[in-house]
This record gives sequence, C-alpha cells and structure tokens, in this order.
Amino acid sequence: MKLSDFVCFDAVIPQLKSSDRDDVIVEMVEALGKSGKLGKAKAEAIAKAVIARENEASTGIGKGVAVPHVKHPDISDVVATIGGCEDGVEFSSLDKKPVYSVILLLSPDDNPDKHLQAMENIFRNLQKDDFRKFLRQAKTVKAIKEAIVDHDADYDS
Amino acid sequence: MASDVSEIEVEIKNADGLHMRPAMQFVDVATCFESEITVTNGETTVDAKSIMQMTMLAATCGTRLTVIARGPDSCDAVEKLRVLVEEKMFDEPGEESREKGIGKRE
Repeated sequence: MKLSDFVCFDAVIPQLKSSDRDDVIVEMVEALGKSGKLGKAKAEAIAKAVIARENEASTGIGKGVAVPHVKHPDISDVVATIGGCEDGVEFSSLDKKPVYSVILLLSPDDNPDKHLQAMENIFRNLQKDDFRKFLRQAKTVKAIKEAIVDHDADYDS
Repeated sequence: MASDVSEIEVEIKNADGLHMRPAMQFVDVATCFESEITVTNGETTVDAKSIMQMTMLAATCGTRLTVIARGPDSCDAVEKLRVLVEEKMFDEPGEESREKGIGKRE
C-alpha cells in the first residue's frame, strides 16, 4: 500500500483557508466530499466524528504534523487528503507546537487492518525529516503530489 | 549489564489492533520507565517511547510483538507493558465481542 493509493489528490489543499483546528477538519472533509470520495456519507457527520475523535486525544503527534482520523460506518474505503497551513494551526499537539501539515484519514469501521496499514504508511513517511519539509514547503497540489510519488518510490509496496 | 535486559513476547488481542490510541497508551506506559525499550515485529524495530514509530508497527489483532527493555527497571517495564497489551487490551473489545457486534467504539 502506497500513499498515492489512498490520498485523493483532487481534495488536497496546499494552502488551507481555515486557521482553526475544527474549521480545518471541516474544510478538508468537504474537499473529499466535493471530490466524490465520501460516497453516501455526509460531510457534516464525518467532520463531526473526526472532531469528536480529536477531542478524545489529539492526533497532533509533534514535529508540525497532525493526522486527524476516524473510522465511520458510512465510509466504504480508506481515503485521505492533505492540507497545509503556513501560519500553523493550534492542534493541542504533544509537543505543544503548531501544526503546518495535516493528513486527514477516513476509514470504514469494519476493516481495522486496512486502517492500520494506511496509518503505518502515513507515519513511515512522516517519520522522515525531508518528507515533512517537502510537505510543509509545497504550495501547489502538483508539488505535494510529486513529494508523495517520490517518497512512495522508496518502497516496494 | 546482561541482568538489566528483559525480553517478552506479547500478542495484540483487541480487535482494532495497535491503532493510534492504543499506541499512545503504550508510549505513555513505556515513558514511565528509565529503561530503553524497543518493540519489534520481526521486520521493523521501533522505539517504544515514540508515537510516530509505534504506529509504524501496524500491528493487527493477533500480531505477536517482542518487547525488549534495557535498564535498571527493565523487568517491571516489560511486565507493565504485557498487562496493558494482553490483559487490559488497551481497554478495547477483543475479537469475539466484535464478531457479536457488541462493545463497538468509534
């Protein structure tokens, strides 16, 4: 499994309009909705579920990245999008620092193994300093796509 | 010192596996100890005190992991981590309850 297998590039937002955590989540879920990736799921309900999960424990794991996610019965397959915020978003991160790159992941609730694989892939990439740097500096969808395809090539899936 | 090394094998028993929340619980427990702790699935070996690395294990239900602690409190560390994984199961439902459709979260 590669990042480009489940990241929806049509929904990637290199420069988010929102600067508040909840608004960022709504903006990103809506982008997935507009790209037709939510299926029968309603953007509003999904965003609400992601925010509820985020309130339980922050997915801001430090180093300027956050991975808000949720498993939801109305989601049919694992899908993700990426958002960038130059000024940083307050995410109650573990290291208390702002978040510059957000990867939002939605998973069906009946396939925990695939959710884990997607998470593994996201974190394997985020672990790399240069990937985080590329993501943060990318100002266009094309640049984000290139960074992902480039890093995907590092592994044989 | 050889006597300061403890090793244990644990099996992931909660249905959803080692996703982010359980991984965070694992890191929280590991961080309480002075020992250096690593976890391996045979392929990947990670630092038990790093959430980013722990999530990289992608340990599904049924996966067996080896926890190795090195330090003065290594014995206590691996035992506490075993209890969290196998007995408390990260306070999540196991495989059986999922099949029956009870105790579902998220």
